[in-house]
Amino acid sequence: MPVWLTEDEYRVLAAACDRLIPATAEGPGAVAAGVPDYVDGLLGAFLVDPPRIWAGGPTSGRRGGDAAFTRFHSLSALDELAWRMRIEGSAGHAEREFNGPVVGLQEQVRTGLAGLGADFAAAPAAEQDARLRADPAFTEVLYRHACEGMYGAPEYGGNREGVGWRAIGFEGDVQPRGWTDDEVTAP
Amino acid sequence: MTVDAVIVGSGPGGSTAADVLTAAGWSVVIVEKGRNHLLDPDDLTRPAADFSNDELKFRARHFLGPDPLVEPRTFRRSEADGDRTVVGEVNSVPSTVGGGGTHADGKVPRFRPDDFRLLDLLGPQPGAEVADWPVGYDELEPYYTEAEWSVGVAGAAGANPFAGPRSAPYPMPPGPPMYGATLSAAAAERLGYHPYPAPTAANSVPYDGRPACNNCGFCSFFGCPIHAKGDPVALLRRALGSGRAELWPESFVSRIRVSGRRATGVDVVGPDGTTRSVGARHVIVAAGAVETPRLLLLSDLDHPLLGRYLMCHFQTLAAGSLPVRTYAERGRAVTHVHDDMIVGDAAARTAAAGAGLPWLRGGMVEHAGAALPVLEAQHYPWGPAHPRLMADSPIRARLWAFIMQGEDLPYAHNRVDLDPSVRDARGFPVARVTYRPGPHELVASEHYGPRLAAILTEMGAEWTSVSTSPGRGNASSPAAVPESRHNMGTVRMGTDPATSVADPTGHLHGVDNVVVADSSVFVTSAGYGPTLTLVALAARAAHLLAGTGPPDPAPARVSPAPG
Repeated sequence: MPVWLTEDEYRVLAAACDRLIPATAEGPGAVAAGVPDYVDGLLGAFLVDPPRIWAGGPTSGRRGGDAAFTRFHSLSALDELAWRMRIEGSAGHAEREFNGPVVGLQEQVRTGLAGLGADFAAAPAAEQDARLRADPAFTEVLYRHACEGMYGAPEYGGNREGVGWRAIGFEGDVQPRGWTDDEVTAP
Repeated sequence: MTVDAVIVGSGPGGSTAADVLTAAGWSVVIVEKGRNHLLDPDDLTRPAADFSNDELKFRARHFLGPDPLVEPRTFRRSEADGDRTVVGEVNSVPSTVGGGGTHADGKVPRFRPDDFRLLDLLGPQPGAEVADWPVGYDELEPYYTEAEWSVGVAGAAGANPFAGPRSAPYPMPPGPPMYGATLSAAAAERLGYHPYPAPTAANSVPYDGRPACNNCGFCSFFGCPIHAKGDPVALLRRALGSGRAELWPESFVSRIRVSGRRATGVDVVGPDGTTRSVGARHVIVAAGAVETPRLLLLSDLDHPLLGRYLMCHFQTLAAGSLPVRTYAERGRAVTHVHDDMIVGDAAARTAAAGAGLPWLRGGMVEHAGAALPVLEAQHYPWGPAHPRLMADSPIRARLWAFIMQGEDLPYAHNRVDLDPSVRDARGFPVARVTYRPGPHELVASEHYGPRLAAILTEMGAEWTSVSTSPGRGNASSPAAVPESRHNMGTVRMGTDPATSVADPTGHLHGVDNVVVADSSVFVTSAGYGPTLTLVALAARAAHLLAGTGPPDPAPARVSPAPG
């Protein structure tokens, strides 16, 4: 169940993510890694309190220490202004328009998904790729976030159980263990 | 309220001033526009537990600030570009308690004696305003030593054959060399260069109540979760521990109040948006070489040269893929550097003459890899090739690179001023950066770029590529903005008020009690990261102010440690 997008929009998003980072012999694709949930979670970041913007610290628990990444930071008033502008856009709020109107991610993604077409998920792969290439600005935004969701910390909703990291041999966060001097110099 | 000094900015410069002044018995308020994610408010000797190995938080989501939506800057290459071509992130240094020290990987080389007197040694460059510093290496040396001991620097005295003389060793030995750097240092030596362990403000052993670095690898652009990076944590902890310093985060100094030749205090916009005035006998400005001139301009402390001579380091990047993994995600981001390309040789003199320049200088070269998979992924195309490229990883797991911090000469056309219409969320005009490299920087880069690539080839690289920042794209591309965060030079220091904005002690000419304590006062940019030099200069300015300097050669305020 998506938290911000409609189920129809989420289906198009998932199909698009699957073309951006497809499953191959090298590893799972964007859908298996939860990338659509990462994108949807960012669009709906303010539906939870504290908003899911910055994971906590200093450790995730994956290499010892507490599972503190799950405790998201609270935002200051200035932080909240910035992130509401980024996600929701200025939406007519005067205090968000000190340099003019801002189009937020929600509107960019909703409009972009609509442009891909309601039948996008059922279209042949070549047709899907052609539609993605027809809107390079939106596809760039989507791909940037798909990469974040594929290889960022799992607490943000993507990279489910670290599958993105495992596929590329990346260890992820390593505090508090770190690396020994030998592992640094003579791996 | 009235305090002995208000310090604007909690980065390395402001923290140094706070440390020295509180040790001398002064009362200070440190005003920082960013949040406190550095120090545990209940126990200032402990980390705040906010920093983490999290690429999204630190690289994609502006955790250290400034967020370009609410605190933008603007950019253009020259006046011919119009009012601006870029609005957003421009030369940003963190806006957070600890400032630039939080995200730096802590390379803290000294400048060398020659770097302070280029005009005397080499003569002028057409189009540039090269000048000698009013402070030389010999006078600064005790402050360099004090800085290395008070921040905590790991290094190997004598390892760099080009280094200036030292009155004391480093307080700690170097940390473990990164695997990739052992390969690149060996290759560089085979080609006749002189790599050495980068002097690094990250503990190699427990020091000053903070642990040794555990090599987590999330160093450059990340806050240190365990406070192994000492800059400026060590300085802030000591200043706040004195009981004579207050730290005000999320507070923006919007104006220095001046009456005649004296500043009387500052206006501070607090976290709730209300403004209050704070009285001060002295105002120390340490907001960085972009925000410092912005504040002076907002305060009508104008001078014809204020904001001019902005220097950033024109970076040359040579990169290549090795047939093996380089493990750059382990360790301190950069463990080896070499200075040969600042020092120059006969070939550099020939290249300068061939280009019609009297001389040229490159910069310190950092031996570095790549560690971050999101950043890597965003550089590959989408589609079926993506998973294969990520697994093969030519630009992360197998990448090695050299980054030359090319010395920018000071040009009057490179400057910071106030943007005529773009505002921050608090309603104040933002800083506008006007910057483009000059002929000297371009010729130096073209000379040294292929030589850096040749070291990669010597390492066995499958391919090499040389690029610069800023690149040569169109004006409105973010690539037109320099990647370097080494901002310097906008409040030039000198003896003559006609050719400089601050005097040799950092005081603004014509104002008795406003001192600039950051890299704004730099006269030239050398080819080294500015941090240790700005810390030494800030310490000198604060000691002179308090009547306590210069320090003894034997560092006294930090307990000795092995090394």
